Amino acid sequence: MGEAIVVTSGKGGVGKTTTSANLGTALALLGKKVCMVDTDIGLRNLDVVMGLENRIVYDLIDVAEGRCRLPQALVKDKRFEELYMLPAAQTKDKNDITPEQVGKIVEELKPDFDYVIIDCPAGIEQGFDNAVAGADQAIVVTTPENAAVRDADRVIGILDKRGIKSPKLIINRIRPNMMKSGDMLEIDDICQVLAIDLVGIIPDDELVIRAANHGEPTVMNPNSRAAIAYRNVARRILGETVPLMPLEEKTGVFGRVKKFLRMG
Amino acid sequence: MSVKSAITIKGTKEGLIFLLDDQCDFMSLLDELHAKLDKHEQQLTGPMVHVFVKLGSRNLDEEDKEKIRGAIRRQGNFLVQSIESDLEANVPALEPPSLQTMTGIVRSGQVVQHDGHLLFIGDVNPGGSILCTGDIYVMGALRGMAHAGCEGNDSSIIAASLMTPTQLRIAEVISRPPEEWASAEPWMEYAYLRNGTMEIDKLTHLHHYRKEAMLFKGV
Repeated sequence: MGEAIVVTSGKGGVGKTTTSANLGTALALLGKKVCMVDTDIGLRNLDVVMGLENRIVYDLIDVAEGRCRLPQALVKDKRFEELYMLPAAQTKDKNDITPEQVGKIVEELKPDFDYVIIDCPAGIEQGFDNAVAGADQAIVVTTPENAAVRDADRVIGILDKRGIKSPKLIINRIRPNMMKSGDMLEIDDICQVLAIDLVGIIPDDELVIRAANHGEPTVMNPNSRAAIAYRNVARRILGETVPLMPLEEKTGVFGRVKKFLRMG
Repeated sequence: MSVKSAITIKGTKEGLIFLLDDQCDFMSLLDELHAKLDKHEQQLTGPMVHVFVKLGSRNLDEEDKEKIRGAIRRQGNFLVQSIESDLEANVPALEPPSLQTMTGIVRSGQVVQHDGHLLFIGDVNPGGSILCTGDIYVMGALRGMAHAGCEGNDSSIIAASLMTPTQLRIAEVISRPPEEWASAEPWMEYAYLRNGTMEIDKLTHLHHYRKEAMLFKGV
């Protein structure tokens, strides 16, 4: 029996879909059988980021309304044997499916996969309810901005009410030099406010945008710092203890001393 | 048997005054009232008598007052004119509101409402709020909104281990840090009203504001 993990944030544009795609791919890279479910009906993106748009035949709504069987709607990834995606419908909207229907589909997927990654739409309305139904665990994505942290906090509260008690946190789009100069929220400050387990910090990386535009998840590129960070997240989800990656790219003497102090 | 009677009856020009003891149990008081009225049944017949009931420092709700009226009314010629308590003239509810303890974390969009004083152990995040008719004590970081004395009690205070709220309200007064004041002091602080404006002080100075008599034993 697999585990269903919903990737959510409240605020839009913080990197839910990027995180879903990269996390799914990273878990597949580690040999797990993964299915990604896009619940952003009407604004589907996961297929574009994964480069699988042209392979879609059926979608989530078709499965829910019985126009096809679940295995028919699953799109197999072009890179991995054991990575699948269930696309969202583009012509409908969030109210055309109920949380119960999504929950049933996720339950149906869980026995066949190690992980079911659910990509949640922005907002806390029906689309959010759809995505959260059937999830066992949640990953909350935020960026080091006040507005994103505020929304993440709200979402953590709502998840708690829905019975997902201890979501995990990913802080995305970190710019080390801005953080250093105090123009960006510190990681410690964010963790203090949100008070949930940190499962990864992802540095801001232009390669992520390039990769998304090429329909190739960033994790595939071992030269990207964001890729390493996403691989670390996947390993932490599997239960490994992986230290947070140092944010400074070039560590001078001062940086090394600071790092040493932090470790001690 | 020299048990002190809980009920004293005095006669005046206007009628009878029933002075009820305010220390004893209400049920035993009611029993004695019944007994007393039954005993004096013969004497208490005749023309209409006005009765004024004085409760002393006892405070009764309408239901209990009705029981007293009922007991006295059984004597056909008694007419209860008033039931007075010494307390009613003063402050209506003298009983201090109790302190409730609560643990958790108030996240954005969540509201905690409480009648009385509240001791909240945990953080209040930006976007979260606590509303209280009495005082608010936050053992944790107060980063959201807190409204003490929300039904108008302007002597309420808001205390927090880490005082960095988005807004503070006491009774009708609204204060917006950091425009009006800023604080990131390492000690606990509290907000209170002085002459209608909000001020912040160290929590250790609270006793200057409260001026409560304290009795500590020891040398």
